[in-house]
Amino acid sequence: MNSFAGFVKKEFLHIFRDPRTLLILFGMPVAQIMIFGYVITNEIKDIPIAIFDQAKDRASREISNKLVSSGYFSLKMNLNSIKEVEPVLRQGEVKEVIVFEPDFNNKMESGNKGTVQLLTDASDPNTANLIVSYTSGIIRDYALSRYGSEKMPSLIEPKIRMMYNQDLKGVFMFVPGTMALILMLISAMMTSISISREKELGTMEVLMVSPIKPFQIVVGKLIPYIVLSFINAVVIIALGTFVFGLPVRGSLILLLLESLLFISLALSLGILISTVSNSQMVAMFISLIGLMLPTILLSGFIYPIENMPLILQWISNIMPPKWYIIIVKDIMIKGEGLRFVWKETLIMLGMTLFFMLAAIKRFKIRLE
Amino acid sequence: MKTIFYLVQKEFIQLFRNRVMLPMMFVMPIFQMLVLLYAATLEMKDIKMAVIDLDHTQASRSLVNKFEASPFYNIIDYSASSGIAEEEMARDRVDVIITIPNEFGEKLNKAEPGDVQLLINAINGAKAGLIYAYSMNVISQYTAEFVSLKGVIPQQYSSGNIDIRYRFWFNEELNFKFFMLPGILVILVTVMGMALSALSLVKEKELGTIEQINVSPVRKYQFLAGKLIPFWLVALFELAFGLTIGRIFFDIPIRGSLLLLFAFSSVYLVAIMGIGLFFSTITQTQQQIMFLFFFFNIVFILMSGLFTPVESMPQWAQTLNILNPLAYFMKVIRMILLKGSELQDILAEIINLSMIAVVMLGLAVWRYRKTS
Amino acid sequence: MNSKEKVIEVRGLTKKFGNFTAIDRLDFDVFKGEIFGFLGANGAGKTTAIKILCGLLHPSSGKASVAGYDVYKQTESVKRSIGYMSQRFSLYEDLSLYENIRFYGGIYGLRGKFLKERSNDMIARLGLEKEKKTLIADMPPGWKQKIAFSIALIHEPKIVFLDEPTGGVDPITRRQFWDLIYEVASKGLTVFVTTHYMDEAEYCNRLSIMDEGKIVALDSPDRLKSEYSAKDINEVFVKIAR
Repeated sequence: MNSFAGFVKKEFLHIFRDPRTLLILFGMPVAQIMIFGYVITNEIKDIPIAIFDQAKDRASREISNKLVSSGYFSLKMNLNSIKEVEPVLRQGEVKEVIVFEPDFNNKMESGNKGTVQLLTDASDPNTANLIVSYTSGIIRDYALSRYGSEKMPSLIEPKIRMMYNQDLKGVFMFVPGTMALILMLISAMMTSISISREKELGTMEVLMVSPIKPFQIVVGKLIPYIVLSFINAVVIIALGTFVFGLPVRGSLILLLLESLLFISLALSLGILISTVSNSQMVAMFISLIGLMLPTILLSGFIYPIENMPLILQWISNIMPPKWYIIIVKDIMIKGEGLRFVWKETLIMLGMTLFFMLAAIKRFKIRLE
Repeated sequence: MKTIFYLVQKEFIQLFRNRVMLPMMFVMPIFQMLVLLYAATLEMKDIKMAVIDLDHTQASRSLVNKFEASPFYNIIDYSASSGIAEEEMARDRVDVIITIPNEFGEKLNKAEPGDVQLLINAINGAKAGLIYAYSMNVISQYTAEFVSLKGVIPQQYSSGNIDIRYRFWFNEELNFKFFMLPGILVILVTVMGMALSALSLVKEKELGTIEQINVSPVRKYQFLAGKLIPFWLVALFELAFGLTIGRIFFDIPIRGSLLLLFAFSSVYLVAIMGIGLFFSTITQTQQQIMFLFFFFNIVFILMSGLFTPVESMPQWAQTLNILNPLAYFMKVIRMILLKGSELQDILAEIINLSMIAVVMLGLAVWRYRKTS
Repeated sequence: MNSKEKVIEVRGLTKKFGNFTAIDRLDFDVFKGEIFGFLGANGAGKTTAIKILCGLLHPSSGKASVAGYDVYKQTESVKRSIGYMSQRFSLYEDLSLYENIRFYGGIYGLRGKFLKERSNDMIARLGLEKEKKTLIADMPPGWKQKIAFSIALIHEPKIVFLDEPTGGVDPITRRQFWDLIYEVASKGLTVFVTTHYMDEAEYCNRLSIMDEGKIVALDSPDRLKSEYSAKDINEVFVKIAR
């Protein structure tokens, strides 16, 4: 057992002696949380627009003012000819051009419809869609308000409640997602690379002939990564809570236990990958394609699963992060307990066992 | 010059002999295009809306019909069991619940505001934002029509009297794949170019072959050129391959000049590979450099505007993006492919990127030590 | 064999890593055509010394010239005149025998027809014509070692540095390898070799014994033996190390 302790110590030293790796190990979750928290947003804000006002009358000016003062748009330029529209959109200087037809105000008042054209750069279709919705909303509001704001604000006034997430903070999505991503990265990818490295450099053979048993080698490799992953999980939860005010409505202990389960799942995946790859580069590419991209894309982290084609929805079911993210969201945000997430927990447990057995089997074959 | 040829030739032999990397070069683009493109969709087609109609009047029904007519909504009627709707939302089976109160129709007829309630599942803030925008649009269209129909207010003032026409330029059908495909190409080219070249350098360090090169008269720039050129060609090939797949399977428009796109990509690749090679000079093991890659690439990719508009980012992030090569490429590849932008439209990006390329390559040559 | 033309001159050569002094004020000369050995335990500073002479490491202080060039200032000229083979065989495992030779020849500036002829000659001399297209990964260690040695000589250097070249191969292969060394030395090539095998040390023309970064003895194996009245180098080594 003494030699085992020495081996674990060696593995810790490998990681901790290298300040760069350590910095990144802890810098990565922080940077990701910050970026997701502050940078990644679908908010419509200060979208650059141009106006081609052929009317220059009361209605067109008032609508223009309303658009600019809404905060959603910022007026980049006024155009003087319809020919200018295409170049400014193509150069990407503005995202939308609003064109008022001549004599707009009169037409509007006289009962002939006044026409506004919204020309949007739809190379980003969702943003284009949002921009058009917001612009037309403002214009319709204006039309109604001309009737007299006291008497008739607008007929239907929907009361909106954003469930679970009042201010539409992205934090509710990205904290669980980032946790899954980071734990996958550290647990699965780093262990698979670390084991492949010993193989590539031939040091695995040295370890194999030493009195340390094969399973001890593997466990020794895992321990440092378990510790690191767990610390990272705690850091992410703490950041989410203290910096972004993300509540932990459910049981913290249950959350941490589920995280440990997910870490074991990722580790067994990592070992499995290392048994099939004989170089670090191969291990990295398998991890990248097999783990990272699915974690980001097929787990519901960024893109809602229900929008995907059916085939991908099925595939997403075998993606471990999907279940972990569901569990984290249920516990943290909805405050549910095991009663709610027992099914997901069982699925993760089953996956862990499956990968673990597969890894052990492959590992043995290789030894013989 | 001839020395570089021998270095390049060696890399190619190694690459083509690698049983995993070679297939990977072809599998990666196909996989990314066919799987990621379908996965990465924010197209809202199937918003699950639970309707709780307590009014049951002509007015309330026509509001529901209005939602039903929209291609975005999938209506489920929960009027009989309003409690269940929220439970279903907790289980993510419902995205939005609309409650129409029982005096809705009556109030509308009297031109009093009729309140409806919208409960939106907002755990995914971005999605909730879209649902909100779509729903408000439907409601305000409904209002406008209702108003002009009933003549509740003088017609000339109703919003029915402004004709709002919109045209979506460059992507008439709002095809989300046209938006994502160039973005995925950017990631493909970046991962292939940057990782392969830098990893192959660090691998030589790890295996010790680099010493044999360091005792030879090969110059620093020659050695780095030998690591850069092969993977630069590979990455350009990947771009061509990816574009072909995109063209065949997704009919992605190529409105601008392909020559311009490849010229820009060439500059971009030098910049990104310069960064990779610089990383490889400050690391000793492949594990270390992979870590560095993941860190920087995740930051670069998220900030580049892959899925959210750069304009919505805070000012400091936009300023930081001056240093982010991916942000330039992400913008320019969409401009050239979708908008048909020309050289003068992307001149500023080319200049900035060239500067990054020169600086990073310079740093890599400077940091690479034949003697330690 | 022992002409008095100096090809390596070392004066007060010191290398420190932080507080640790890897080599401490080395002084020695190596003459053209001799087989000069560095004998010492692991960590005695042999590899550090050889790396400095090859231009892979910067010395902390002292002077050294190799083939008439200063190792500080004329590193690139030094590199043209030397061959180097390290304890790890620096061959590309995923390249074939011929591809390895061609690559290293190419980066040393051999070109075209000349390179082709030399490569084929070398393969013929190694007796490995049939293995021309075999990957290095599929060869036994003894072959790899001979190939690495030949490749270190591809550009006909004046001096060849061998850093523990026979680590991990059996005694017979080791013996054969030394035949190769004698063969090239007889053609006027200077061989600088480090080792921790006592039997190998006997083969050198002159031997310097290193201990904790210092040269503690330097002479021909025979004179060392008589000086310390020992029957073999092993005994000399044990007596000095006491």
